[in-house]
Amino acid sequence: MASQANIQELEKIASQVRRDIVRMVHAVNSGHPGGSLGCTDFFVALYFHILKHNIEFDMDAKKEDLFFLSNGHISPVWYSVLARSGYFEVSELSTFRKINSRLQGHPTTEEHLPGIRIASGSLGQGLSAALGAAQTKKLNNEDNLVYVLMGDGELQEGQIWEAAMYGAHHKVDNIIATVDYNGQQIDGPISEVMDLKDLKAKWQAFGWEVIESNGNNMSEIIKSLEHAKSLTGKGKPVLNLMKTEMGYGVDFMQGTHKWHGVAPNDDELANALSQLEETLGDY
Amino acid sequence: MAETKFTFTEKKDTRSGFGDGLLEAGRNNEQVVGLCADLIGSLKMGAFQKEFPDRFFQTGIAEANMMGLAAGMTIGGKIPFTGTFANFSTGRVYDQIRQSIAYSEKNVKICASHAGVTLGEDGATHQILEDIGMMRMLPNMTVINPCDYNQTKAATLAIADYQGPVYLRFGRPKVPIFTPDNQKFEIGKAINMIEGSDVTIFATGHLVWEAIEAEAILREKGISVELINIHTIKPIDEAAILKSISKTRCVVTAEEHQRNGGLGDAVAQVLAQHNPTPQEYVAVDDQFGESGKPEQLMKKYGLDAEHIVAAVEKVIKRK
Repeated sequence: MASQANIQELEKIASQVRRDIVRMVHAVNSGHPGGSLGCTDFFVALYFHILKHNIEFDMDAKKEDLFFLSNGHISPVWYSVLARSGYFEVSELSTFRKINSRLQGHPTTEEHLPGIRIASGSLGQGLSAALGAAQTKKLNNEDNLVYVLMGDGELQEGQIWEAAMYGAHHKVDNIIATVDYNGQQIDGPISEVMDLKDLKAKWQAFGWEVIESNGNNMSEIIKSLEHAKSLTGKGKPVLNLMKTEMGYGVDFMQGTHKWHGVAPNDDELANALSQLEETLGDY
Repeated sequence: MAETKFTFTEKKDTRSGFGDGLLEAGRNNEQVVGLCADLIGSLKMGAFQKEFPDRFFQTGIAEANMMGLAAGMTIGGKIPFTGTFANFSTGRVYDQIRQSIAYSEKNVKICASHAGVTLGEDGATHQILEDIGMMRMLPNMTVINPCDYNQTKAATLAIADYQGPVYLRFGRPKVPIFTPDNQKFEIGKAINMIEGSDVTIFATGHLVWEAIEAEAILREKGISVELINIHTIKPIDEAAILKSISKTRCVVTAEEHQRNGGLGDAVAQVLAQHNPTPQEYVAVDDQFGESGKPEQLMKKYGLDAEHIVAAVEKVIKRK
């Protein structure tokens, strides 16, 4: 359980990560701030409290928990959290999406950025990779967990449901898959673009243990992830249906798909930064 | 007809070479794991499954997920071998292979049976003829198409020891076993099967045997054929190609694949860059296959010994 002091510490980190995100996408006038901001609290809770991981990066990650990002376009939040965790220098965030950078538009392994274990960006592939890695953990007799984050729009990809079937059939119960359930995708609200209907019922019908959570409240995120952990090892994969608000933390970006893949201009950046306390020093 | 320079006492399918090779690779290295998308019998993976049930994963008819699973399993040291038909191993899952395996440099072995028209009666929906092209376009991917049971088994063992993504292509029908059962498989190293001086045939997969038969016919006509088995199409053995053509000065390539993108194009690239040389293709000419018996289809689509003979006679006149 996290103490109140812990929570405040994590919230401070989250504020800095949000600053990093808007500054990174502003600097290159491209990238995906909306989903990054919405998932910031989750990433901070995961990397600074939940995950058993080693910042001395090793691809095989034996005796470590693993995290996979399936919706690779929210790379800014991941890069910021990896840098702030110590995987690489915070100053490297300034290279995001620039030529010769290790911080590609979507996460990749080719540039050997510490913390990244598989490329993602083309959607729908991360759950399969995470399930495979989880089965390797079992074959290697490791009791560590595998975490994966997916977008909700991404659940329109058929491969996700192939993987969902597989995870339950093979009783991959050392995985916690989280859905960033913000209800938005590029072309508009999911309910209008391609309605996912009752996601909880869908995952349950596929044989997963489903919990629902709030992804924009630090103490609730930690509680729900601890709860999810307590459900592992019981013969079923665990799905965390996490409600978030796209753009959370910057009022004019909040709750709309319009900031899915659009960078703020100079004035908008200033406005956004005025809402986010600089707690750890900008890169 | 003159006697062929290679003989055989037994015919066997190359997919059985894969199945037997996989079993042996599994015994040699406990990191080897198998995945199959509901085609265990067709891929001859049953023996591996029986001996290593904990290291074998049935994925159901869900090839995209299988490729992603395999990529993920490499994290922590496993060496996954995926098994399904060549069509479902490539075209159906190109993006999964591209992003999760090739670009991510994962140590996955994509093992593909029933390639080409010799799949036979099932027809064009299953007879993929574009797979070599798709796979050799991918950076980081090694592409191998062995010619008989022994070579397929040896190739399966070799790729287990090689670090990196591999596409291993083999077939359904029973074909002559003519390579030695103790021949070591060296990835990327062509094998000079027959030495000659008038023309070089570069052949891969099932077409190597057709080329052996063609050589006998051509020898009777007084044409001296050099036959080189290109089992690894990527990386291709440039040195072997250039050495041979410096002597023969003309080339026929032979493959059970579209002429676009396959072995012929891979050889043509080498020739165009280093030593432009007349070349004829024995390959499927930009068409889909159809139902029929393998030998009927090989004849109809221009892939048998007779067509190789005709291509040789044509290219020699272009010297």
